[in-house]
Amino acid sequence: MNFFVLTLIKVAVIAFVLLTTLAYLQWIERKVIAHVQLRVGPRRVGPHGLLQPLADVVKLITKEGLLPSHVSVVFYLLAPFIAVMFALISIAVIPFGPVIDVAGVRTEMGLTDLGIGVLFILAISGLGVYGVALAGWSSNNKYSLLGGLRSSAQMLSYELPMALAITAPLLLMNTLSFRELVAKQSFYYFGFLPNWAIFHCPFPQIVAFLVFLVASFAETNRVPFDLPEAEGELVAGFHTEYSSMKFASFFMAEYANMVTVSCVATLLFLGGWTPPFPAEYGSKFIPSIVHAAAALLCFYHAANPARPFDRITLPVVGVVSLGIAGVFLIPAVQPILLPLFWFGAKTGAILFLFIWVRATLPRFRYDQLMRFAWLFLFPLGMLNLLATSLAVALTAK
Amino acid sequence: MNTILFLILAVVAVGCGINVILQTHPISSALSLVGVMGALAVLYLQLGGEFIAAAQLIVYAGAVMVLFVFVIMLLNAGKEQKSRARIWVRWAGPPLLLLFVGAVAYVLEAALPPSPPVRFGGFDGGTVKAIGERLFTEYLLPFEVTSLLILIAIAGAIVLARKEID
Repeated sequence: MNFFVLTLIKVAVIAFVLLTTLAYLQWIERKVIAHVQLRVGPRRVGPHGLLQPLADVVKLITKEGLLPSHVSVVFYLLAPFIAVMFALISIAVIPFGPVIDVAGVRTEMGLTDLGIGVLFILAISGLGVYGVALAGWSSNNKYSLLGGLRSSAQMLSYELPMALAITAPLLLMNTLSFRELVAKQSFYYFGFLPNWAIFHCPFPQIVAFLVFLVASFAETNRVPFDLPEAEGELVAGFHTEYSSMKFASFFMAEYANMVTVSCVATLLFLGGWTPPFPAEYGSKFIPSIVHAAAALLCFYHAANPARPFDRITLPVVGVVSLGIAGVFLIPAVQPILLPLFWFGAKTGAILFLFIWVRATLPRFRYDQLMRFAWLFLFPLGMLNLLATSLAVALTAK
Repeated sequence: MNTILFLILAVVAVGCGINVILQTHPISSALSLVGVMGALAVLYLQLGGEFIAAAQLIVYAGAVMVLFVFVIMLLNAGKEQKSRARIWVRWAGPPLLLLFVGAVAYVLEAALPPSPPVRFGGFDGGTVKAIGERLFTEYLLPFEVTSLLILIAIAGAIVLARKEID
């Protein structure tokens, strides 16, 4: 098939899935935080609040887009555009699965595979600062300006430990392309222990993984590093003066950045779409088992309902879950669905960690944030990089 | 396809470059400079220098210019006052400038030996591996001297910015 048509189709599919994920990530976040805090979360729109993201989108689109009179108009309008553009563009170099055959067409899962994929992600995430900084400056509001300044200082500071943490597994894998990175992590020690970067046999990269995770919390302006929008001190930080879709762009950018860093962590440290143990030991049945277990749980709770509504909704979820479990057993679709399942499971686990941390940890003070980056995270990343490079140099042939 | 892309990017780069000096507000100038760097990065990529393109974006657009914008925002620099130039300066300036640039280009073209034309993607020494090898073998001394120079600059900045403690 024509390269152009094929790419258009892939762009359409990936954009649709990504935007839906962003909308529902917010629903999941609300639900998880609500349950951590012993509330029920959104329940009014649709069963278990499942249509809440749609309602939010309609609300944000139909709201009046205010344009304050004292802003510098060009940059005020440009800032949300920059933020959301650089947040969404990184997904183009992220692969979701191996090269597959669909209806006689051979294609890789993912838009493109750059030889410098990792550097591309670093470059784009560095450019994302402009959206936040410009929004803060152009709003002509002291809280916005403080938020924008904090954000640019914070993102510059945490980019260093992040880059150091990324470099260590790159030294072991000796490549910058995401697809090759996964290929290098796809075999097993002793036939069962995965060769992921965090389990890499002579030098496991656990420290690098932790440094990367902490730095990525700061890079995405998430709790406990959400100083740019600390509502107790700065009203809403850099997006105080924004409303309707312009506000939603910043919101979307934050969630898109979260998805990107989770994907990068999965690809760099957790072996991408490779299962945690080989297919000979039955890893291809795990998706079916998980979904069947979820279905059984749903049926059990439908039989002993906590709320009268559960008698209707939970069996539906259970049947859908059983259906998915069955689909995963069809040999024809297994080469496509299994990598997607493992990629989604690992990325989802990291996204859940983001939400979990938001529900649990309080916010840092600004001087603590800076001290933590420069006096702890940066030396730690440097030490890990030095140790890894020494080990690589000593074992090189 | 390559030629069209090159023309678009060249126009963007030169347009942004002119915009840097035409804008009266420092933030607009700084952002135009970011535009120049972005266009240059894609031009490098077109020629086959993938690492240099990424480094251009990471170092210049992503770090140096962010610091520039940061400082401008922090100092809250206002708009520049336009100086009132004489009427003949305004009208005679651009043609004279073009004439000067043309003269310089002509002299350079005549004085330098002819060079092979540049081909898109023709440069194959731009991979990370190739650059790393050259940097740590052939150009090790300049590389180390440069890093020492940067270290001295950092130390100097700290000394200048340090408050007197006594």
